[in-house]
This record gives sequence, C-alpha cells and structure tokens, in this order.
Amino acid sequence: MNDLAAGHPGRRTTTGARGRLDARAMPYVLISPYFFLFAVFGAFPLLYTVYVSLTAWNPRKPGSKEKFIGAENYTKLLHDENFWHALKNTFGIGLVSTVPQLLLALFIAHLLNYRLKGRLALRMGVLLPYVTSVTAVALIFGQFFARDFGPVNYVLGLVGVDSIDWRASMWASWLAISAMVMWRWTGYNALIYLAALQSVSYDLYESAQVDGASKWQQFWHITVPSLRPTIIFTVIVSTIGAFQLFGEPLLFDSTRAANGGSGRQFQTVVLYLYQQFWFNGRYGYASAIALGLLVVIGIVVIVNLLLVRRISGED
Amino acid sequence: MLDRRHAIAASAIATASLLLSGCGGSSSTTSTTSAAGTTTSAAASTGSTEKMTLTINVFGDSFPKSVYDAYTAAHPNITIKENRADYGAHHNNLQAHLAAGSGTADIEVIEIGQIAGYLGQGEKFVNFNDQGVDPAQWSPAKIKQATATDGSLVGLGTDIGGLAICYRADLFKAAGLPTDREEVGKLWPTWEDYVKVGSDFIAKTPDKKVKWYDGAGHVMTGILAQEKNTFYDDQGEVIAGTNPVVKQAWDLSVTSIQAKQSAALAEFSPEWNTGFQQGQFATITCPAWMTAYIRNNAPETKGKWDIATVPGGSGNWGGSFLTVPKAGKHTAEAVDLAKYLTTPDTAVKVFKEFGNYPSPVKTWDLPEVEDAKDAFFSDAPVGVIFPKSFANLPEQAAGPQSGVIGVALNTALNQVEQGEDPTKAWEKALKDIEAAAG
Repeated sequence: MNDLAAGHPGRRTTTGARGRLDARAMPYVLISPYFFLFAVFGAFPLLYTVYVSLTAWNPRKPGSKEKFIGAENYTKLLHDENFWHALKNTFGIGLVSTVPQLLLALFIAHLLNYRLKGRLALRMGVLLPYVTSVTAVALIFGQFFARDFGPVNYVLGLVGVDSIDWRASMWASWLAISAMVMWRWTGYNALIYLAALQSVSYDLYESAQVDGASKWQQFWHITVPSLRPTIIFTVIVSTIGAFQLFGEPLLFDSTRAANGGSGRQFQTVVLYLYQQFWFNGRYGYASAIALGLLVVIGIVVIVNLLLVRRISGED
Repeated sequence: MLDRRHAIAASAIATASLLLSGCGGSSSTTSTTSAAGTTTSAAASTGSTEKMTLTINVFGDSFPKSVYDAYTAAHPNITIKENRADYGAHHNNLQAHLAAGSGTADIEVIEIGQIAGYLGQGEKFVNFNDQGVDPAQWSPAKIKQATATDGSLVGLGTDIGGLAICYRADLFKAAGLPTDREEVGKLWPTWEDYVKVGSDFIAKTPDKKVKWYDGAGHVMTGILAQEKNTFYDDQGEVIAGTNPVVKQAWDLSVTSIQAKQSAALAEFSPEWNTGFQQGQFATITCPAWMTAYIRNNAPETKGKWDIATVPGGSGNWGGSFLTVPKAGKHTAEAVDLAKYLTTPDTAVKVFKEFGNYPSPVKTWDLPEVEDAKDAFFSDAPVGVIFPKSFANLPEQAAGPQSGVIGVALNTALNQVEQGEDPTKAWEKALKDIEAAAG
C-alpha cells in the first residue's frame, strides 16, 4: 500500500488486508458496469439464441415454442442449399467490395498525403459518404440501378450497351451492391491509411523522387510496406463488415421480400437469417443460422490470426 | 482514506444506478394499465375521461382523416395516431411484438392473406364476441376468416377485395381492342382467354414498350382467387405442391410470361408506381382497393382507365380486419374505436374516399354504394362490379403460412420473368415451401 501512498504524502495510507482488497477490487468495480451490460445485452441473448435453436419455435404454430428438437435445426442447416448459397454470396460480395475498395483507399491516401492545395477540404470530403444513412444510400443507388428508367442503364445506352437488369443476374447485383459499399467505406479507410502514413517520413518520398522514382514506384515501395499493420487492421474490420452486410441487399430488392433477388442472387447470410426469422416465422431455424454464421466467422477469424502471425513473424 | 471510501461509495452508487436504469420499466403507466385492463366486457363506452393516445398500425390507405376526426370530436380526451409501414414490415413487426408481449399498437390492421397465421394465437387478441359485437354484420365467410382456433373472434372486417380487371381503355383502343367494359368483359370468360387476348394486344399495340400486365404474380393471384382450396386443404395440410389448381395457375402464368406479356414489375415498388405513370402495362388484376393505388400513383391518367369483369367471373383478393392486441394499454377504448371504425357508416365513408369496398353486409344494398360510379375509371359502376365478383365465392381455406407460400410462388414467377427455366424455378419454390411450411 505504500506505493499508492507515495504519490499522496499528506494522506493516511490504508494498511493491511482491507487496503489490499480495496486496491485490488477497484479496477473490477470500475469495469463491472460494462460487463454487466454485456451480460444482459450480449451474453444472455447469445445463450438464449442457442436455446431457441434447439426448438422448433414458430409463432404461427401454437405449442412449437416448447417443442425440443435438439440438433435437428443444425442438420437441416448443413443440408440447406440456401444457407450455403447465402454464404457464397456473402464471401463473393465481400471480396468484390473489399479488395478494390482497400486498394483504392490506399491509393487515395497516398495522393492525399502530398502537399496539395485545399487538401484539408479534400480529406474531409472523402469522408462525407460515410456519414450518410445506409437506407438512404441503398434506396438512391437502387434507383440508379433501376432496370427501366435508371441513370446507369441510360448512360450504358448512350455507349451502345443494352439495359442490364441489375437485380436479375448474380454478377450485376454483386457489382451494384459493391458500388454502394465502396462508395461508403473507401473514404473512411483512406483516412485511416492517411493517418498511418503521417508516421512515414516525408524525406523517404523526397529522396525517392530525387532518385527518379515515379509516383507509382513510390506508392508500391514506400507507402504499402509502411502501412502493413494498418492494412491488416482494415482487412479485419472490412471482413467483419462484409459478414454483416444486410441493409444494402435488403433494400436493393424491390419486392421487399428479403429474398435477395428472385433467385437469391444477392442474399447474404444475415439477410437469409432475417427472411427466415421475420417473414417465415422460423424462429428456431433462424437461431441455428445465426449460430452457423458465428462458427463461420470464428473460422475466418482463426485463419486471419494465423495469417497475421505469419506476416508479423516475417518481420 | 476518506477519498478512497468516497470513491468506492461513488462507484457503487454509479454501478447500482446503471443496473437499475437497465431494469427500469414504464412504472408510471402501470396504474393506467391495470385500470384499463380490468375493464372486460364493456358493452357500453368506458366513460373514462383520462387523456390518452390510441395508436393504430396500418399498411395502406385504411381510413380517411375525416373518420378519425369525427371520433376525436366525440371523444375529446382521445388522440388517434396512425402509423403506416409497408405490408411486409407491418405484419412482421406485429408478429414479433406479439411474441414479445409488448410493442403492438392499440389497434392493428391485419390483411386477409396474413390473418391465418394469427388464428393460432387467439389468446393474444381481444375476443370481440365478448365485446357486444354482432357477427351478423358480416358474411359468415368474413367472420370465419377472423375466428381463432379457440373460437374467439379476433378481427372486425373493414373492407373486402372482390376482383375485377382494371384496364387502360386508351391503350386498348390503340391496339384495336374494344373499349366498352361490357365487351371487354366478354373478351375473357376464362383466364386462358385473358392470356390469348394478351398475345393479341402485344402483337397489335403500336408502342412495343407497353406490356399486357404488371407482374405475373398478379395473374396467378387472380387465377387462384376464386378457388376454395389452393395452398391448404380443409384439414389444414399444405397441398401447394400437389394441388393441380396451383400447378395449372403456375403453368398459365408461365405461358403468359413466355409470350412476353409481363412488364415484370415488383408490386408496390417504386418501379411499379412508375409503371402506372409511364403506362407500361394495359391491364392489372384489380380488387377494389387497387383502385386507390392506381388513383394515387398516376393521377394524370384519370379517365383513361375502366373496369371490366374478371376472367372466371368471380374472385376475392384482399380485405382486412381490425384487431385489438391484449398487450395494449387501453384495450377497452381501443375496442370502442375499432367498433366505430368498422360500422357500416364508416365503411361507406371509406368506400367513397378510397374505393375500398365495404364488408358489412347491409351496406351492399345502400343506394350510395350500389349506384356508386368511379369517375377516375370512366364512371365504372363499382357498386355492382365488385359485389358480383364475390357473391358466389366458396369459403376459401387458408393456413398459417399462406402468405409465405404466396410470396414463394410470386418470387419464382419473378425468376421466370428474369429468364430462369420455369421447371427449375418451380422445383426451387416447392423446396422453399416445404422448408417454410412443411
């Protein structure tokens, strides 16, 4: 207890067991509100979801709430082609929206790092899309990509390309949704990279320029290696976001039936879960989907961790 | 030491207050809840004068403001708040709130395509049989649709859909088809004839961007709208996959899609709204409530529309009920309001304002209903066309997942419209139906 008293020469120190308990207990007392809230709003719902996933609960079927069916929902899940299809969509849209986006963000950050005129306005400007509402963006982009009277099809028509039904084919819908995701997140990630770039000495760029390196070479050989930890961070955050993709696919479908297109072309796992829970009333099965997603995310996180360890290990 | 003790006390209080704020509920209103909740069979008005707001959740045009205003004028302590959501969100939220036991509005509108899903949860709704409601106001079919498995009457009928075909007389003229509604009605005694006329129209219409109808889902709905058993049999078993009636409706709809008759517009979407404005289709399967959508979406097409008899001569699509969930805080007052909103007088007012055909039986003979003509639809005699369509309808069987099955088939037709192989789309739909409702 003397070390605590050292900074407060005028105060009486507590000695003995009560003092020790006091000092040891304080940190736990201070962080307990967070954990209590997590227990109530995080852990309890998770455990309850596990419980519900073992039942056949459907509110439209009286008596199903108490009907235990054990792992039947999970066997159904493993054989459910809609679930695997949704998983494929989630990975696919995730890749198509994340990889070009992060590359673009990297490049934008590199450009914004130069001493441009009006660079403050530019740096703030790239973040503007991030502060718009997901719903508004999805609805407006939905109109852009409308089949009959959408501006995108109009522009394509001007260059001689036939109207595309953006919701009918898998690739078209993935592109449209990725456009929304990229529009929102590129600026955000660019600023993260930009912040990380501030720790890279400008002298490196100057001397590279003196040595005759082009802007592209500077980018590839100075910027990217310096940002490796930041890139890993943004990849992880983007992966999490990609798995949670829900608002855009839900609103892109004009039928509002949460089917992700007539043939589930762009139905992500969370959207599939939403459809089974809310529209079909399959509370038990939807809970199993949620836990299935948890397992998939767990696997991806482990893979991520191993890769990160390998990359860091190389240094 | 004093500081440390104070610090511990302070953090303990902070923790405790966080815990309590998490657990705190609307304790201030428990007194009103118990007061209103104990009033059970209130045949007369409650006579309570405490100020309150009654909420009603709707998904479309249900009641004009004048109807609400007349009630609040007579009951100055009551404010009525209408919340509107789209059809899917409205019903999904209702189900979730019922399961949770709170969050429902005082009055919830439930559509006929969804109400079967709630009939197994009768205990969650006020039983109108105990509230002095006379079921003879409505047809036995309408009452049966709102009768829960435990025998309670959970819904009071608002409107009834009926069925007709609304068509653009000007587009018909341009394609050389007759425009008089009697003659048009004679063009399609059956749905097969409707498809044949459609091919005729597609061939002869000068503007090749105009299609025959808005979406194949509506054609299938129309065909099934006159059948007694579509997705469920009388014992409550799902028969959607094996019922020849459903397969025939599917096949006919697919034929019309392949004949390029569909504008492939998702119903009630912004594209569908635009479709009316741009005149992208010449006909639409038209229950009475659809006239309001046409009127609202394309006001500039007034006078260009008309209404003809539906193929097959009969059918019913839509119609809603007012329900009062027991979880509401003011069920007695809500029941009173619900009764007012479903009186024959109110139903006629709604009919005049929105075109929703009234469901109370004795309104059907009133001159203001029988002789009603709709100026937007070239003075079509709506008071005759719609009641004729449901006059001889059998009592239609429904089940808890009727809505889900309908959506699955609509989605599959949408797939075919987008170019998918019909057989594959059909099998996929059956698999999804089996998973959801089997």
